[in-house]
Amino acid sequence: MTSSQPLIRMQNIEKHFGSVIALAGVSVDIYPGECHCLLGDNGAGKSTFIKTMSGVHKPTKGDILFEGRPMYFADPRDAIAAGIATVHQHLAMIPLMSVSRNFFMGNEPLRKIGPFRFFDHDYANRVTMEEMRKMGINLRGPEQAVGTLSGGERQTVAIARAVHFGAKVLILDEPTSALGVRQTANVLATIDKVRKQGVAVVFITHNVRHALAVGDRFTVLNRGQTLGTAKRGEISAEELQDMMAGGQELATLEGSLGGTV
Amino acid sequence: MTDVQTQVAGDERIKHRSRFREALIRPELGGIIGTILVFAMFLIFAGDSGMFNSQGVLNWGQISAQFMIIAVGACLLMIAGEFDLSVGSMIGFAGMLIAIFSVTLGWPVWMAIIVTFVIALAIGALNGYIVVRTGLPSFIVTLAFLFILRGFAIYLPQTIERKTIIGGVSDAAQGDWLAAVFGGKILTGLFQWLGDNGWIAVFERGTRKGQPVVDGLPMLVVWAIVLVIVGHVILTKTRFGNWIFAAGGDAEAARNSGVPVNRVKILMFMFTAFCATVFAACQVMEFGGAGSDRGLLKEFEAIIAVVIGGALLTGGYGSVIGAALGALIFGVVQQGLFFAGVESSLFRVFLGLILLFAVILNTYIRRIITGER
Repeated sequence: MTSSQPLIRMQNIEKHFGSVIALAGVSVDIYPGECHCLLGDNGAGKSTFIKTMSGVHKPTKGDILFEGRPMYFADPRDAIAAGIATVHQHLAMIPLMSVSRNFFMGNEPLRKIGPFRFFDHDYANRVTMEEMRKMGINLRGPEQAVGTLSGGERQTVAIARAVHFGAKVLILDEPTSALGVRQTANVLATIDKVRKQGVAVVFITHNVRHALAVGDRFTVLNRGQTLGTAKRGEISAEELQDMMAGGQELATLEGSLGGTV
Repeated sequence: MTDVQTQVAGDERIKHRSRFREALIRPELGGIIGTILVFAMFLIFAGDSGMFNSQGVLNWGQISAQFMIIAVGACLLMIAGEFDLSVGSMIGFAGMLIAIFSVTLGWPVWMAIIVTFVIALAIGALNGYIVVRTGLPSFIVTLAFLFILRGFAIYLPQTIERKTIIGGVSDAAQGDWLAAVFGGKILTGLFQWLGDNGWIAVFERGTRKGQPVVDGLPMLVVWAIVLVIVGHVILTKTRFGNWIFAAGGDAEAARNSGVPVNRVKILMFMFTAFCATVFAACQVMEFGGAGSDRGLLKEFEAIIAVVIGGALLTGGYGSVIGAALGALIFGVVQQGLFFAGVESSLFRVFLGLILLFAVILNTYIRRIITGER
């Protein structure tokens, strides 16, 4: 919360799919340079909410203010152009292609030679190596295929790419859910680096530990509603866990599992 | 660790690789090894059979060039993640159109060729459009066109001329500027000079005494070389090339990054149709006519050349140079067995073995490069 004005203000967002109310009035503010964790169990409406934020869905009701102005995204491309980038868990990188080709996929740098324009591999390779080094990944070379990287490194490449191309808001959809302990640590470290550059990070997860490790503020979604936003230090892991599960049920569960969940 | 300067923290599980190994491990490696083996073998077994004099080289060079022309199209399309099984039928169909337009309808040959190209590109676009809109496997869609186009290649001449072969294109093509682009020869002066200096064989007697036996580079070969170079440059050195890889590697990820996947795929189907029509035009000009059965099984030969060249059947990976080498191996083996005096039916046995060997080697190489498991 380095700035007083939120980058994105989502106000009373409702989203209905036919008779199903996926979101019933959710309000969240995202500030530059913060890591905002969006927590919720499966089916809580996390995905619908971030898809509304990234232009995939149009809200049934409610307003989206981007940098103080109301925004209407026709499609995800609009949102990307405005600086809202989503990093999907699986659909981000092409394993058969080199890191530098992946990094510039869709944004290829061009160099003019006579009447022709060519892919500027020298520039692409240089920038890729630089950006990867900043993120703490040492590539063997920019031509190394993404398939040779670990899952955590791939997420990091995807995040570095989004930031390099001017993302102001980075939406990470469960980036750690399929990763091992060390890889998760790497991704969390990347989130921290990105936040320090002034980028707002929206971190979706259902793992309270991961959220608490990097989050500045925490919003819990449950059955299409927010149960409020808490600041770091104001809330404990147990409370978050409770809110995600809707309080009641987990209390009974916890009894039988001895508080291990 | 010898290269400390790049390994800041270093991953202890990444093995150091030598520069030499890095340079060697490339998608074309299988094709390069295959080419060397095949040439070495025929130099030993058919070295004195005339396979490597000017006529011999022209002979297998032309056959290889034919394969190359369709392999370039098939290669780029396969890297973009799709197949075209209608290539062979397109060759027959396009050749037949050129013959019907120029001979039966009496159009100038240049107009016949241009109109044929337009029709072929439209069919290629239709192939692509159906594939991207329906999401059906291109295998099925183009299989349908394999039959549709072959059917028309037989039906049209049958109905119009009551025969399945239309000749007489040579007469119509006399002095036609565009016909020469497909059926002509270049560098005739150079070949005459080579003949005069005794570098290549010349006719010993008869009306053409003193003229070289091979009097120029056929346009077919020129087309093959140009298409290979253009295809290679587009694939590896341009933005569009990156999109081709991306579309075949993972269409969804490519779309998320803003790559116009559908456009890329449709354009590649059109390019494949273009290559097939170049093949057809060269063939019609060479033979002076078109036959309904031209181009039979060419789609598979193109795919085999591409796969020998290191491309992945499922897309996203491959090399035009590799495909060209695959085509070269194909042509050299087919003609080389003839020169070596081997029973020609063994060609298929040989081809099958090369295909198997190349694919196993390529899979191994690709795993090293891409880290697939």
